Amino acid sequence: MFSNLDLQKLIFGRLTLEAIPYHEPILLVTFAMVALGGLALVGAVTWYGQWGYLWREWFTSVDHKKIGIMYVVLAIVMLLRGFADAIMMITQKALSVGASEGYLPPHHYDQIFTAHGTIMIFFMAMPFVTGMMNYIMPLQIGARDVAFPFLNNFSFWMTAGGAALTMVSLFVGEFARTGWLAYPPLSGAAYSPGVGVDYYIWGLQVAGVGTTLSGINLIATIIKMRAPGMSLMKMPIFCWTTLCSNALIITIFPVLTATLAMLTLDRYVGTHFFTNDFGGNSMLYMNLIWIWGHPEVYVLVLPAFGIYSEVVSTFCGKRLFGYTSMVYATAVIALLSWLVWLHHFFTMGAGANVNAFFGITTMIISIPTGAKVFNWLFTMYRGRIRLETPMIWVLGFIPTFVLGGLTGVLLAVPPADFVLHNSLFLVAHFHNVIIGGVVFGLLAGVNYWYPKAFGYKLDPFWGKVSFWCWLVGFWVVFTPIYALGLMGVTRRTQHFEDVSLQPYLTVAAIGAFIIMAGIAAFVIQLVVSYVRREQLRDLTGDPWGGRTLEWSTSSPPPPYNFAFTPVIHEIDAWWDMKRRGHDRPLDGFQPIHMPRNTGAGVVLAGLSTVLGFAMVWYIWWLAALSFVGLIAAAIIHTFNYNRDYYIPAEDVVRLEGQRTTQLVAGA
Amino acid sequence: MHEVTAPPGATAPVFYELEAHAHGDGGTLIGFWLYLMSDCLIFAILFATYGVLGRNYAAGPSGADLFDLRLVAVNTGLLLLSSITYGFAMLEMEKDRVDTTLMWLAVTGLFGLGFLGIELYEFAHLIHEGATPQRSGFLSAFFALVGTHGLHVTFGTIWLVVLMVQVRQRGLVIENQRRLMCLSMFWHFLDVVWIGVFTFVYLMGSMR
Repeated sequence: MFSNLDLQKLIFGRLTLEAIPYHEPILLVTFAMVALGGLALVGAVTWYGQWGYLWREWFTSVDHKKIGIMYVVLAIVMLLRGFADAIMMITQKALSVGASEGYLPPHHYDQIFTAHGTIMIFFMAMPFVTGMMNYIMPLQIGARDVAFPFLNNFSFWMTAGGAALTMVSLFVGEFARTGWLAYPPLSGAAYSPGVGVDYYIWGLQVAGVGTTLSGINLIATIIKMRAPGMSLMKMPIFCWTTLCSNALIITIFPVLTATLAMLTLDRYVGTHFFTNDFGGNSMLYMNLIWIWGHPEVYVLVLPAFGIYSEVVSTFCGKRLFGYTSMVYATAVIALLSWLVWLHHFFTMGAGANVNAFFGITTMIISIPTGAKVFNWLFTMYRGRIRLETPMIWVLGFIPTFVLGGLTGVLLAVPPADFVLHNSLFLVAHFHNVIIGGVVFGLLAGVNYWYPKAFGYKLDPFWGKVSFWCWLVGFWVVFTPIYALGLMGVTRRTQHFEDVSLQPYLTVAAIGAFIIMAGIAAFVIQLVVSYVRREQLRDLTGDPWGGRTLEWSTSSPPPPYNFAFTPVIHEIDAWWDMKRRGHDRPLDGFQPIHMPRNTGAGVVLAGLSTVLGFAMVWYIWWLAALSFVGLIAAAIIHTFNYNRDYYIPAEDVVRLEGQRTTQLVAGA
Repeated sequence: MHEVTAPPGATAPVFYELEAHAHGDGGTLIGFWLYLMSDCLIFAILFATYGVLGRNYAAGPSGADLFDLRLVAVNTGLLLLSSITYGFAMLEMEKDRVDTTLMWLAVTGLFGLGFLGIELYEFAHLIHEGATPQRSGFLSAFFALVGTHGLHVTFGTIWLVVLMVQVRQRGLVIENQRRLMCLSMFWHFLDVVWIGVFTFVYLMGSMR
């Protein structure tokens, strides 16, 4: 009997049938739906015989455009998951007041708020932003791909692997119950003995490798691969924000990696980095995780600022007001974001002077941010504003984000923070800047660049429905949550005794359903636009009267982006080319040197994900096997020297001929 | 609506590069630099952790009780010499001499293995004496910092062997030169980090 048990432990670690939460009806139904949906998807792909196509053209692709699209698809899938968590939380809060306990027991509720934060930041916002940067930035600088195309593919699959691990925790085992940053000692082995925190750690570690490498890749691309004539101060502003955002990524993600590695050692090996005994120091973790965490929000919002800048100048038909100040504002925000982390724990007791320093640096950030807001406003001033879908997102963003920024400055005042710390006011503040700043920007970006990626515009009606639902829904949710926070209601609360809070929570829940309608409208918009794609078709490649180089090529762009590398003379290079009359070359095409697709990224990331799963469940043999496999696969990959090929000149002639026909038809 | 009119008198300059230029490599070295800088931050965090926890002995042994400076001096010597011999390998690579390049790489690898051997001996000795990573915050931070450096040297050594095989197979082709250059930066970087470890952990630790 005992030897039997040991054998099971040897093979499956601590993974048993108990780990499958079949006694939880909510999870069971979710699992059934996900499984049915997944089976339907797999069945459809198989039925239509598309696996080969997907593998060759997408999964193994090193084309930055396809990788960018895959990132955004991942982000949208994870948005649905993260939002499902959100709506469960807010309905639980609205129901669980007074005598009622609601429908989510505390251990489940705690997993949900942890998963919501983790997923929304790491697996929704990050892939969304990275996807945008991946797709647009090389086109804007006139490059044919990124600096390291294979690494790009690998980075994507690492992010997807981390997301997969996080999703698996829903049905096999549990997720962390610690909040999205897993503070010790709660996240230590003593207080979180289950697999939840381990899923959290390994999901983030696998994805974090991808994020760091993608940051390196995009910076090298910007530094080395700009088209001739494009000095740094002639780059489109989105490229500048991409550069600053990735500079932040490569400085902060190593911090996250090291911090989580030490937490891992505490949990697995019994070291004393963040424990309460034997000389550990849990406040060290708080410092380290926020040295990552605060710049992280700027990683997300800077590219969104870049998107607003591009959209506002395109739809006002003007050069961006204050380009230079915008660049410096971006750089200053990036620099300052390294110097504010302590404002996340003013209550730690570091002393008045330390708190004052970090309070002041935090408030200073509002100055360059304010400069940006004025630049957008002055770009609109006396511009010919076209209220297309991307532009109305900008108009919704400005007031929403300014209010979020103001509550941020309020929280930066240490005495005020002592009152508001850990309250729903804080929750409302960061949702205000992340939804109002990041999500609005990403949705503006999707509406703006979708015709570039797919050759037809998104349906404006459903786009506007989505916008209004998001904007109204956002304020209906978070106005009462601000109020509750000022009244002193703490965050992460599963049950409220005080029935007088219920009206506020009910209003907030109604708001969440309005946002849900906004997300539904977005999905409908995608479907309707696909159905109406012939009416919405763009043949010119420049549907909005764009100003930057991505609009100079066809929609969607050919694999090589530009048959001839453009030469840049001014900011807004494409506008300059149109204004001064450029002649698109019609002959003289040459073979184009391109990187070759490879499956190595899928293999390496797959092995990393298996390694993570094995470590979560203490399946040591599998962990060792996948680790050795990982090293071996990486080494074998380096023996492949055959990594590039030439697109023959005839193919370029054919593709450019199609473009000529399209241009004639579109004119 | 989207029509743009040219200002009078505007002349159209060259807007396209008609001759293909090599959009070649270029990015690898800067990319590898960026990687090293991000790796450097991992070490920065481990140093900072050591700075915070380095005196939390929890009534256990301190650095002064544990460190054998003579052993560490030998180890430091081995690592510094390995950086010099790697430099010799790069000089030979410049002269396109495969055999001597490989010879110097092999010497570098042996120094690396020597370093790792002594480090493992030191760790085994500490653990045998009860100074395990679980003993105190100080020892956790110590093993994390020194161990992470050791892991880097281990992977550097594996990488070195792989590169030697590839140089043997294909000679000093441009790809292999680039890879040797990257490993060179990696190897010297580990040396620089070790100087920090030697100074802050061992020398200053022995004085406490």
